Amino acid sequence: MDTRIIVVTSGKGGVGKTTVTANLSARLATEGYSVVAIDADIGLRNLDVVMGLENRIVFNVVDVIEEACKLQQALVRDRRIENLFLLPAAQTRTKEAVNSKQMKELCDSLRGKYDFVIIDSPAGIESGFRNAAAGADEALVVVTPDVSSVRDADRIIGLLESGEKKSIALVVNRVRPAMIRSGKMLGVSDVSDILAVSILGIIPEDDNVVISTNRGEPLTLGSPSPAARAFENIAGRILGRDIPLPDPGSLDEKGLLAGLKKMFGRQGGRG
Amino acid sequence: MGFLNRFFQGESSRQSARKRLQLVLIHDRADISPETLERLREDLIRVISDYMVISEDGIELELERDGNSVALVASIPVLEVKRQRFRDGDR
Repeated sequence: MDTRIIVVTSGKGGVGKTTVTANLSARLATEGYSVVAIDADIGLRNLDVVMGLENRIVFNVVDVIEEACKLQQALVRDRRIENLFLLPAAQTRTKEAVNSKQMKELCDSLRGKYDFVIIDSPAGIESGFRNAAAGADEALVVVTPDVSSVRDADRIIGLLESGEKKSIALVVNRVRPAMIRSGKMLGVSDVSDILAVSILGIIPEDDNVVISTNRGEPLTLGSPSPAARAFENIAGRILGRDIPLPDPGSLDEKGLLAGLKKMFGRQGGRG
Repeated sequence: MGFLNRFFQGESSRQSARKRLQLVLIHDRADISPETLERLREDLIRVISDYMVISEDGIELELERDGNSVALVASIPVLEVKRQRFRDGDR
């Protein structure tokens, strides 16, 4: 089994790394792949609540690294989705409790056993980020279409490139289609032009993200929503399926309607 | 004032975000680490030494910033220019 180890990172906090890690992991597992989601934000544990597994934690990633328990004892199995596991962060320790070498060894110990390892990185560019990225081959950089997030993403991409990650791709989160249509928000193409990195997915701002996080239920298990669809597509692209990126201005009902009107009403105009 | 100007010129906030980011990233990216600069210096010496003998100690390398642009300025004292000869790749 060829294990793909992907770090989800961003530089800036609050752009949706944990949401992306949780929902992408859930979706890949729903597709039948075995997935371990690792919370690498030592001291600020969060992936567990977003995934809805907070009540079932016994051991954590630091326990595994310090050999206080076996890896299998620390993995929390999701009961809703087969083959989805969480390796939680330690809450009462600091990021100094682990180093890059240990994280790399931990990741390597998962190779061959699972299809995917998805690592939720802490914000920032310091040791926490470096530890999270140490064992990964690929990186997903989550960015929102605003100046501070894009700027921080640029720093992170520079650091990832110097760390020789095999592939780096962007996930543009919290896209607001109406604002894009009226030219009030950076477009997805602006973000990828500026950062010179290709885009793996576009996630529209969607109330369902808040609702699913409140409940600790993965989006893709709930009712269909624009964000759920976005995660299905991102997972599909990771799996090598040829799924074209949507027009970011069309990702809400209004945009879809306008798109349909254009499709039926146009006479040789631009599509 | 800048804000008012943009308002009256009708530049969309998307365009201003894009322009400002491009500018700020030029500066961010130009802040290269001393190690990177040292690697660049070594690479330059290696490449230039194929063509001329240079004084390695006399090399000055810096990034100069001027408004919207950044320039790599190198001063490399040449001691001797080598006679041109064919290299393997040129044949």
